Amino acid sequence: MPVLTNIEELRELRDKARAEITEREENKTTIILGMGTCGIAAGAYEVEAELQSELEKHNITAELISVGCIGMCHNEPLLDIQQPGLPRITYTNVKPKIVGKIIEKHLVQGEYNKRWIYGQLSSGNGKFVEGIPAYEELPFYNKQVRIALKNCGIIDPESIEEYLASDGYSGLEKALFQMGPEDVIQEIKESELRGRGGAGFLTGLKWEFCRKASGSPKYVICNADEGDPGAFMDRSVLEGDPHALLEGMIIAGYAIGAPEGYIYCRAEYPLAIDRLKIAIKQAYELGILGENILGSGFSFNLKIKEGAGAFVCGEETALIASIEGKRGEPRPRPPYPAVSGLWGKPTNVNNVKSFAIASQIMVNDANWFNKIGTEKSKGTAVFALTGKIEHTGLIEVPMGITMREIIYDVGGGIPDKKQFKAVQTGGPLGGCLPEDALDTPVDFDSLTEAGATMGSGGMIVVDQDTCMVEFARYFLTFASAESCGKCVPCRIGGQRLLEVLIRITNGEGTPEDLDEIERISEFMSEGSLCALGQLTPGPVISSLRFFREEYKAHVNENYCQAGVCEGMFTYEIVPDRCTGCGLCLKECTTEAIIGEKKVVHVIDQSKCIQCGACYDVCNLGAVLVKRKHELPLVKTA
Amino acid sequence: MDDRGIDVGLLEPILLEYQSQKGAVIPILQRAQDIYGYLPEEAMNEIAKKSGLSISQLYGVATFYAQFHLEPRGRHIIHVCDGTACHVSGAPKLVQAVEEEFNLEAGGSDPDYQYTLEIVYCLGSCGLAPIALIDEQVYGNTTSDSLVKQIKELD
Repeated sequence: MPVLTNIEELRELRDKARAEITEREENKTTIILGMGTCGIAAGAYEVEAELQSELEKHNITAELISVGCIGMCHNEPLLDIQQPGLPRITYTNVKPKIVGKIIEKHLVQGEYNKRWIYGQLSSGNGKFVEGIPAYEELPFYNKQVRIALKNCGIIDPESIEEYLASDGYSGLEKALFQMGPEDVIQEIKESELRGRGGAGFLTGLKWEFCRKASGSPKYVICNADEGDPGAFMDRSVLEGDPHALLEGMIIAGYAIGAPEGYIYCRAEYPLAIDRLKIAIKQAYELGILGENILGSGFSFNLKIKEGAGAFVCGEETALIASIEGKRGEPRPRPPYPAVSGLWGKPTNVNNVKSFAIASQIMVNDANWFNKIGTEKSKGTAVFALTGKIEHTGLIEVPMGITMREIIYDVGGGIPDKKQFKAVQTGGPLGGCLPEDALDTPVDFDSLTEAGATMGSGGMIVVDQDTCMVEFARYFLTFASAESCGKCVPCRIGGQRLLEVLIRITNGEGTPEDLDEIERISEFMSEGSLCALGQLTPGPVISSLRFFREEYKAHVNENYCQAGVCEGMFTYEIVPDRCTGCGLCLKECTTEAIIGEKKVVHVIDQSKCIQCGACYDVCNLGAVLVKRKHELPLVKTA
Repeated sequence: MDDRGIDVGLLEPILLEYQSQKGAVIPILQRAQDIYGYLPEEAMNEIAKKSGLSISQLYGVATFYAQFHLEPRGRHIIHVCDGTACHVSGAPKLVQAVEEEFNLEAGGSDPDYQYTLEIVYCLGSCGLAPIALIDEQVYGNTTSDSLVKQIKELD
């Protein structure tokens, strides 16, 4: 493809791409497969192979397209069929063995196989078929507003044409040809977009600081080092719509006056890195990246830097040190990177979603964006909804929606008729909220006030089976292991705090330990150099605040209500209920269960490690969890 | 080539490629590790000698990031995710099962260097927790049995 040298050529290419897509939608059969990391993990490659052989068998010609994640992780693998002039019909939980049945019924007999159909998405002509719900009517989607995720799961992320056809690079076009750099900054400022990495600083203001800082060259960096366990928002954007990030970064480069950019992406996301490489190559080939972009006189070059596995590199100064080839250790701020960043030059660092949203703001305008959301948090929030929830997946909701709506409406509630216990936001540096805080509106300030944080978008729901003390210990294990070791409050504080938590979960805690937790946490929050150390106590402090009774039960009565903390209880088999089926015996990894077939089994306490495998596997409720004192917990059969 | 079979000559094209790039330590180490599977002492010395970086600086970087390994690793790398979603879905049991079945400890390899087991925090497919990564292949909704079976099926 020839390099585009002016805006007309870009528009021509966009029109051509649109015409080709319309032509395909009106005249051809297209089969769309969800090929994000989640889809692949659920078996999308096997589905693809089966699909190809089925199409061959029935002699059907169809175009196969791979898309990124549309958000329904709980329904993967996904397969959509779009026949000429008709909407996209989505089949969910597609295992290889049902591919044949779907193809035969849908494409050979011309009927919809409703058993596996989830919904329909209209194609370009806006038509729907009767009897199948539109995505917009489905509970998982009807409260969502998709801006950052606009194209994810919809377009082929490896095709720049599809991105162009979906208004792609029209925000860049507007910025370069209708606005000066200051106008772009003004527009972003008016939109009141706050950074989506977690801190929520105003993006427009950040850009302005960097533009006004002296020194050259300036740099634009995208922080794609999404390290929070339980978070995959950025990955989905990178895998599903990489050009949206590129567009936002080029716009930022233009606004700030930076000729060079870096995308710092964690190496654990190989597919995201591949898709980014493809997108960058395409953009260079078309002259959307490189020298004299579209003949505008503005030049911008972009490189990918792969992380090497260090959570702390999500902190901007550590990230910059890592790009410079050093140990990823943070340094004190100020000076902020906007003044002195990469190689000591003014540098603007934003999250993936911030760039993707900025490009959408440029496509539309500031007013369009700031009409969505709440007074101080405009726009939408992207969450990775996981844990004990029916609809795990990726969602984008308007700011101001309540936690309850997210969990029960969008998320479909708690599976297996279990009780909701807490929702954790902001990952290992965030906090949790209990049941009675579920009506908190989701925005930067309300969540902080309620005791949790917005974070970058991880949202983990836990039920009655999770012990909040152990949950806090888990986060602490992670965060303290990831401390870079540079400053003492974080390095030593994290360890000391973890020791206390380990003591409590082992049944060796004392009531004084609860005060100790608060004391260490305060030191860490006040004394640590960067957000990692300052926020490491977050999950512990918030769970102690909302679930103090549970902590007290651990230290006072040696009792873990959830039955998770080993060493606080024993497992026993109730003779009356045991049929000697042998399931638990087979499951036991330490050979602690003794018994012949059809004879009541017994647990040898000297060998039992309290792993709970027997309790989980027994469907007769014959395994009893007995704490060291009284109050046995019996699972109802 | 030395007696451990480390051919430092393989590093030459990499060092040449990054010769003029500022701050390229991490990509150089990543590429070197791709060659040897880990970062042998000989390779570290060679990189230091040719790139002009001090050996302490190199080790400083190599020991900071979790991705770099100074010891040989198994033929197959098993990553079990213990990110939050996987943790609450039973990842610790997967780790235990692999450890017992293949006679190794998380973070280490079996005596024959067939398998290396590592715990990672979040592979970003939380919707399918618990997740395991065997070599480059991702497996979702794994159980102790299915994971052990998958590993045994490796050649």
